[in-house]
Amino acid sequence: MMLEEGVGKQILASAGVCVPASVVVSTPEEAAEAAVSVGLPAMVKAQVPAGGRGKAGGVVHAVTPEDARAGADRLLGSALFGFPVERVLVEPCIDHDAEYYGAVLDDPLQRSPVLLCCGVGGVDIEERERTHPGSVQRLVADIGSDVDPADLHALAERAGIPAERVTAVADMLAGLWACYRSTEAELVEVNPLVVDAAGTAWALDAKVALDESAFARHPELQQLLGDGQAQPAGTPLEEAARQRGLMLIELDGDVGIVANGAGLTMASLDVVVYYGGRPANFMEVGGDNYTRADSAMEVVLSNPNVRSVLVNFCGAFARADVMAEGVVDALVRHPGHVPVFFSIHGTGADEGIACVRQRLGVEPYPVMDDAVQAAVAAAKEAQL
Amino acid sequence: MTTSIVPASDDDVLIQGITGRQASFWTGMMLRAGTPVVAGASPGRGGRQVEGLPVYDTVGDAVARHQVGTSVLFTPSSATRDAAVEAMEAGVRRLVLLAEFVPRHDVLSIMEVARRTGSRVVGPNTAGMVVPGTHSLGIMPGFSNEVFRTGPVGVVSRSGSLGTLICLELVSAGLGQSAFVGVGGDPIVGTTTREAIEELADLPGTRAIVIVGEVGGVMEEDAAEAVSKLDVPVVAFIAGRSAPPGRRMGHAGAIVTGGRGTAEGKVAALSDAGAVVANTPRIAAITVAGALATDNRMNSSARSA
Repeated sequence: MMLEEGVGKQILASAGVCVPASVVVSTPEEAAEAAVSVGLPAMVKAQVPAGGRGKAGGVVHAVTPEDARAGADRLLGSALFGFPVERVLVEPCIDHDAEYYGAVLDDPLQRSPVLLCCGVGGVDIEERERTHPGSVQRLVADIGSDVDPADLHALAERAGIPAERVTAVADMLAGLWACYRSTEAELVEVNPLVVDAAGTAWALDAKVALDESAFARHPELQQLLGDGQAQPAGTPLEEAARQRGLMLIELDGDVGIVANGAGLTMASLDVVVYYGGRPANFMEVGGDNYTRADSAMEVVLSNPNVRSVLVNFCGAFARADVMAEGVVDALVRHPGHVPVFFSIHGTGADEGIACVRQRLGVEPYPVMDDAVQAAVAAAKEAQL
Repeated sequence: MTTSIVPASDDDVLIQGITGRQASFWTGMMLRAGTPVVAGASPGRGGRQVEGLPVYDTVGDAVARHQVGTSVLFTPSSATRDAAVEAMEAGVRRLVLLAEFVPRHDVLSIMEVARRTGSRVVGPNTAGMVVPGTHSLGIMPGFSNEVFRTGPVGVVSRSGSLGTLICLELVSAGLGQSAFVGVGGDPIVGTTTREAIEELADLPGTRAIVIVGEVGGVMEEDAAEAVSKLDVPVVAFIAGRSAPPGRRMGHAGAIVTGGRGTAEGKVAALSDAGAVVANTPRIAAITVAGALATDNRMNSSARSA
């Protein structure tokens, strides 16, 4: 879960990292007042949980209170990367002559945490590594141990940080490491990281991603977040699914899809597209959700764009018979909507197929590709 | 030296968390598939029996009385780290972690202990592994001969449901599996796709590899680097080609961010390395059957020449 910059900076500050004294506000007038109180010139920054805001026009440099007011007025109520901008962060500008980069994250191939440092910051760091291989230096660390300060010094030196600033940057990296471990973060990234004339290292931006699976054991973070995180605005159909405890992503097609398991559900969408159809949604009823296929079917049927439905089950842990029964229950409760095409395999398939046959008088397809082609053809026919 | 992914045919199995409802059910299914499950461990439940198997309070108690090569963990996500470390400290060298939503830092801790002890960790968030005829380790229908039969194909999948369908299509196409390895749907898993295909390609019965990948992460790109070095044909299916960017597609690991982890990137990396990337699971199975038939003809013409 990516955090907004303001919350990320609070977390960094509590780990001893220097961040500019900022204020988060939600009206243009407050932004003007905040700019005066933090000190001009100031930055006014849209608060959405995504990187690359500067390039996307989400950051305004304010020399006067009126600049701050006008900037906030433009940002508030707009949308950035699909998130509504409801708050802006106002902070003083910190004078600097160079920008660096520092981060701690999980490395999925090493299966270890890794610290990153680069002597050039304020840019897309992946792009930088592509165009200048070796410019981003790495240090693989142990999740259960402290990092040796000497190793952090060496990392900053390798990354090309000027000698007189190595200690300040290494201290910043130590702070990021402490923050990463204490919050069980997936990512703690500072870009740009700068050092002022007095030799103090500052985090001018903060990208902190927390692990939702670890959230339950961090009441302090839950309190910090409250309900002040921007959520991507869901469509009414997505909200209806969420209220039933299901995760649905609405797409612009007409073939509704109910499948189990993330992989099989994605594959169902792909195969619909491969055979010339347009999927109406992503929604999986796998894992512990497999007993709720009736709700899932009802949500899919409630989409007015749906012209046919593909039911694609392959039982492993999720039993195909239980899911088929749920879907059939929903179709019996809401008869006559649109044609439904079944492919049922794996654990509990025989019972599931029998249930569909007996209660709906419909014959499931022995091959998934055939069920998909039939669903695609039916949707096309209905559109004629 | 890290323990192999695939167990030896006589490798005995322990179930941690065996007294839970799902664990009891799936222990029965594993036994039905012929798996040599010998015991269970559940704290505070020692002395009971599940499916006729003895249950112990600790892994230590279980290994004192049984030769355990593999432990399958049905523990809840929050208890998985401690249970995994307990098993490794007690000398169990192969773990299958089924739980979804294990905190990432717990996975990193587990992997630190695994590196220190030379243990093999598969998962978390995996449906498990199947070696047809000898082992079904987890929540896969290893008991079904419509899905699993002994055969020449090594299958590696991030997904249980899609992996099951591909295995079923392989059997429909007249083939079977040397082994199925579910590596898991999380961003960080103990065994990577690359490690799994390298080991499966080396199994004596393997004559083809199927990679079942999906959007998100870099495991398929990493595996592609190994594909050209394998001496068996590789067929892949990548799920999520129609996934909208920035949305998490059901698996924690299945998300395209900042142009990375895209299906196109994975398809290109695998194709460039010489794998055939199929458009549907059925086409994947037919492609494998075709490759093996060509292989057979070449072998027989080589023999007759």
